[in-house]
Amino acid sequence: MHPAYSVIIFTTSSGAGYGLLALLACLILSGQPVPENPFVTITLGLALALISVGLLSSTFHLGRPERAWRAFSQWRTSWLSREGVLAVVTFVPAGLLFLGSLVFEVSGFLWTLAWLATLVLAIATVACTAMIYASLKTIRQWHSPWVVPVYLVLAAASGAVLLVALLHLFGGQNATIGFAASATLAAGLLIKLGYWHSIDHAKKTHTIGAATGLGGKGPVRQVASPHSGENFIMKEMGYKVARRHAAKLRRLALLFGFVVPAAAIALGTVSGALIGTILSLGAVVVCAIGLSMERWLFFAEAQHVVSLYYGAEAA
Amino acid sequence: MTSLPPAAAQTGKKLGLVIDLDTCVGCQACAVSCKEWNTSGYSAPLTDEKPYGDEPMGVWLNRIHSYETGEEDQSRVVHFPRSCLHCEEPACVTVCPTGASYKRAEDGIVLVNPDTCIGCKLCSWACPYGAREYDYDHGVMKKCTLCVDRIYNDNLLEEDRVPACVKACPTSARHFGDLGDPESDVSKLVADRGGYDLMPEMGYKPVNQYLPPRPRRDGASAQPVPVAAKTQEVDASGTTSLDRLFAWVDHKLTR
Ligand code: SF4
Ligand code: SF4
Repeated sequence: MHPAYSVIIFTTSSGAGYGLLALLACLILSGQPVPENPFVTITLGLALALISVGLLSSTFHLGRPERAWRAFSQWRTSWLSREGVLAVVTFVPAGLLFLGSLVFEVSGFLWTLAWLATLVLAIATVACTAMIYASLKTIRQWHSPWVVPVYLVLAAASGAVLLVALLHLFGGQNATIGFAASATLAAGLLIKLGYWHSIDHAKKTHTIGAATGLGGKGPVRQVASPHSGENFIMKEMGYKVARRHAAKLRRLALLFGFVVPAAAIALGTVSGALIGTILSLGAVVVCAIGLSMERWLFFAEAQHVVSLYYGAEAA
Repeated sequence: MTSLPPAAAQTGKKLGLVIDLDTCVGCQACAVSCKEWNTSGYSAPLTDEKPYGDEPMGVWLNRIHSYETGEEDQSRVVHFPRSCLHCEEPACVTVCPTGASYKRAEDGIVLVNPDTCIGCKLCSWACPYGAREYDYDHGVMKKCTLCVDRIYNDNLLEEDRVPACVKACPTSARHFGDLGDPESDVSKLVADRGGYDLMPEMGYKPVNQYLPPRPRRDGASAQPVPVAAKTQEVDASGTTSLDRLFAWVDHKLTR
């Protein structure tokens, strides 16, 4: 599948935003000490900004962005619609918390409810984003039980990296959170390895023979394409990345996305305040690069069954 | 509405095409006729980009592939028209976030409403058959309408109320009708010839059916074709009157 930058930015940026929202909610609900107030406001603001950038970027993928509001209507059947609805609904408690935190101390029963709602909605929204892909039977690499956990864990990992950096900046770093963040990154690494292992070893169940129905008479080969130039189908779904290139990118994605940030954060928790802050900010940058590569591969390595009609033997 | 029409609302009518892979000669007449009708029909326009440039590209709702299949004396080229199959369980409809992509309860035709489509392209990802083409210029999705603006069009002669591709096919490889009615001509044709679904394992239940190429006769089982014996009288020396006529003309001309 064609890796569109608008969709890569959408899923990574909003994923990090929801991850940050959810982890902040966890932090507060668990009663951990957090730094003095601008911390909560700024963390909420950053999370909502990342989500907004992601959602805005996703509208660049649309042919008719001015009609985007229509996408909230079909939540009964469409995961894309559900994702849109939940994304907007999440703004209600999270936005209230953001505004509230400008004026009050956001604790107390009602605020606790708002934190709880934010946590649940953030997780549900990321799960819906993943289901947009996981529900498509036409793409083997996406129609996999690994996809939802991958999106959830990666959102948490990127949120954790941001949270650690913010804690450092506000002088609230704490070893437990630092190690928890490193552990989340390690989980991200493992789950990506598991996902890649599963897509590399899964059997290709669809064949050019079944696609054309001509397979009963021996091998089927395409001898002439319907068109001499490109068409939408080939541009959108004919994208292929060379195996060796993909293998290199996978290694870089793991290194930048998980290994380096986890090490930097772990090191940061045991070093001084200044070094720790620098390391945690470095982790944010490196992790963003790594996760963008990971997301690019998620699209580029996905093979659509329509490729069978254009000569692929199996998909 | 992108929920599929509930069973109660459905009429049992399943309009669709039957495509005969035995007689299709890959002439592209159906594709051209489709483009011509639909560029000013329901899905208008079917935009072309750089039609006279180095890399022309455009929206077509029907694409004709050619495949080689079979081995040795059964080997052959099969021309394979590919368009929307108006599936009974189409995920292209249920994934649509806006309700622009829908399946009609009355006849099963799958359409895109060009006024509400936001061009998210998700439906094209959900279609296994590559039947939807995005119009980069118009910003909305285009697909086969089964010529919904011909088949019910009272301004056309009765015999013209069929999809443009069916009307255009010079070898009558395309048939149109109600595949929900077991007594219809198309249903009988499918039963007779062993018509089949494309990728049935996807579970989309395509309405359109494909008729397989007939097996090629091999040397042993082939019946001798007694053409000459039937139509011409053969004299004792084995030459026909036509042969003698040609011999005479040849003789006169070479003199
Ligand atoms: S062929 Fe594709 S576009 Fe047509 S109904 Fe089936 S899934 Fe939808
Ligand atoms: S491209 Fe249009 S018809 Fe297709 S899923 Fe998106 S809104 Fe629906």
